[in-house]
Amino acid sequence: MSVETGTDPVTDSTEVNDETATAASAKGDTAPGTARAPDAGPAPSSVTMTKALNHALRDSLADDDTVLVFGEDVGRLGGVFRVTEGLRAEFGSNRVWDSPLAESGIIGTAIGMAMNGMRPVVEMQFDAYAYPAFEQIVSHVAKMRNRTKGRVSLPITIRIPYAGDIGGVEHHSDSSEAYWTSTPGLTVITPSNPADAYSLLRESIASDDPVVFMEPKSRYWMKETLSLPVSTAPMNRAQVIREGTDATLLAYGPTVRTALDSAEAGAEHGLSIEVIDLRTLSPFDDETVSESVRKTSRAAIIHEAAQFGGYGAEVAARLTERNFPYLSAPILRVAGFDVPYPSPKLEEFYLPTVERVLDALESWDWEL
Amino acid sequence: MTIDVPTTGRSLPQLQPISFIGADGRLTDTPTEGLRIPSDATLTGLYRQMVLVRRFEAQVTHLTRQGRLATYPSAAGQEAAEVGATTALAPNDWLFPTYRDSAALLTRGVPVAEILAAFRGDWHCGFDPHEYHASPAATPLATQTLHATGFAMAAKLKGEDAATLTFLGDGASSEGDTHEAFNFASVWQTPTVFVLQNNQYAISTPLREQTNATMLADRAAGYGMPGLRVDGNDVAAVFAAVAAALARGRNGDGPTLIECLTYRMESHTNSDDPTKYRDAEEVEHWKQFDPIDRLERYLRQTGALDDSTVAEVAEAAETLAASVRDAMNQEAEVDPRELFAHVYATPRAALAEEQQVLEAELAAAGHA
Ligand SMILES: Cc1ncc(C[n+]2csc(CCOP(=O)(O)OP(=O)(O)O)c2C)c(N)n1
Ligand SMILES: [Mg+2]
Repeated sequence: MSVETGTDPVTDSTEVNDETATAASAKGDTAPGTARAPDAGPAPSSVTMTKALNHALRDSLADDDTVLVFGEDVGRLGGVFRVTEGLRAEFGSNRVWDSPLAESGIIGTAIGMAMNGMRPVVEMQFDAYAYPAFEQIVSHVAKMRNRTKGRVSLPITIRIPYAGDIGGVEHHSDSSEAYWTSTPGLTVITPSNPADAYSLLRESIASDDPVVFMEPKSRYWMKETLSLPVSTAPMNRAQVIREGTDATLLAYGPTVRTALDSAEAGAEHGLSIEVIDLRTLSPFDDETVSESVRKTSRAAIIHEAAQFGGYGAEVAARLTERNFPYLSAPILRVAGFDVPYPSPKLEEFYLPTVERVLDALESWDWEL
Repeated sequence: MTIDVPTTGRSLPQLQPISFIGADGRLTDTPTEGLRIPSDATLTGLYRQMVLVRRFEAQVTHLTRQGRLATYPSAAGQEAAEVGATTALAPNDWLFPTYRDSAALLTRGVPVAEILAAFRGDWHCGFDPHEYHASPAATPLATQTLHATGFAMAAKLKGEDAATLTFLGDGASSEGDTHEAFNFASVWQTPTVFVLQNNQYAISTPLREQTNATMLADRAAGYGMPGLRVDGNDVAAVFAAVAAALARGRNGDGPTLIECLTYRMESHTNSDDPTKYRDAEEVEHWKQFDPIDRLERYLRQTGALDDSTVAEVAEAAETLAASVRDAMNQEAEVDPRELFAHVYATPRAALAEEQQVLEAELAAAGHA
């Protein structure tokens, strides 16, 4: 089967994802209306995030001969999440192929290819399986351009399916973004909906900077009605996806849904909550976010990764530094607990929920 | 019933290292696996370059002791491997060196000051890789072997008539990236030559604690590629083996591993104390295998070298040493503002803010 034909998100998740066959919790809800279709595009249809990513890869491969796609099982199988499905058949095994099973090897050879004029788009099969490539990413991908005074840039896109809420067994649900965002030289992107997935991946591949492109697994089967190609807000910019006046919720990837649901629930309690989808984690869009926080005077950031030293710590710190006089309350983090990512039966207790977000909002002194 | 598997096509390197010119300066009767001794003209050129390189290493080591450079790993004693392998490269080929391989970069034509910029502390890579077809010297061990493999893969995909050569050490042979590079290169049949300089030590750790294999070249068989062990102090053997391997690669016949048996005459870097792990007798013992002495003796026998040429080469070496001194005695121009200039192709607002902080500090300190 292919992701395009699936209609039941639960069925999709169990069949599409070989390795986490117990997955049953993927959510198939629709995206907030952020997409802006070009004038003469094809008729809109229901598109999953995997399909949008697949479309982006196909269009990039078609537009630019130097784009190459390789990694573990991305050829014949189309990747364990089927993001690369059909690409090998369409573009041939010189453009899209299965590499030997070694992540450092995949990134290391992608570096050499990029030095020789190519634009490799490589897949790390799961977040935790990018760790064997840590040295190549941190010591070379991130640093080559600086080391060579801009003479050698590495236009590599590293696709990493990440985060949990898919019933995955150990090592299939990590949120590794802070490793990458704390590394100068890397651009870190994470879409939360199909339209952004398409648009941001196209931009990432076209970028001369190396991009860590983090795909939220629990959103893979989310559907949106749109016509591809689509062009959304540019990369490196956050986006206000719900306007509000009382508080700002910052989210990215898998937690954008949580933020929107929390805003909805907050409205029932009479709170007007603004939601920002960060979309790009590095660079951080200070301008958009600070503007919102100055307006609402309160903010919380939601992520799945453990709280201590996580991405939210940086966000809270820099927003406080820049906006302290405008703040009525401390910036809060609603994050995963500081424990290793739990087993499937326990993940619902670990993940930041709407209730936990609402509790955080309630903890603020609203008299101020 | 038998399992259907290939039972042919595997071969191990010969036990005796390939050597044309013995330590006594006479032709050996060692089998040479079909390789032929280079012409006297080629050997004379190699002699000249080895003498230059030795003088270069001695001069840089001396300047490092005087504090002109932050650190320096000399390849003294390894001139045959450095020069023999690098000279075999065609202009279109690419070199992927390590910190040990300044001599190779010098042989590749990189200017002295640009090679030494990294060790003097001016900038991580002082030369333009595209100009010399040489990648920045890699310090994270074995990582460059994957870059060489990927670069060669791109050359192959583009149909370029180019091969890659990478150096690695006996210590680096234990790293995972080495294994991954050998495997990727062989599976993809890339035009890559791995020149493994077995200089008997990784800093202080002797070979016998690095590997239990009879020889490192044996590993090639496990990856389905040819492996050769050569007398790494016989420049004729190194040059012939590497030239043949590069030709094989360019011809579409895949990678080759060449283990060069050699010895590091200097300490690991200037800050190392080799008396802690090896005795003076061992160093004395290896002096009798000196790569330059034996070639000089050989070429005097054939008549290709006479006193006047030897004197002329020695003079050229002194000129080179003087230019090294001049280059290192000039104060390097470093511009703190350049810290921000090359990190990203896409400018970042937050980085511009940090640059302003530094600019203000510089202005306050009275910097121009
Ligand atoms: C991944 C990594 N680990 C450790 C080091 C520190 N280190 C630098 S050189 C070296 C020894 C390498 O020995 P070998 O590969 O034999 O090369 P040689 O120095 O003898 O040329 C070590 C351990 C490093 N540079 N990279
Ligand atoms: Mg060594």
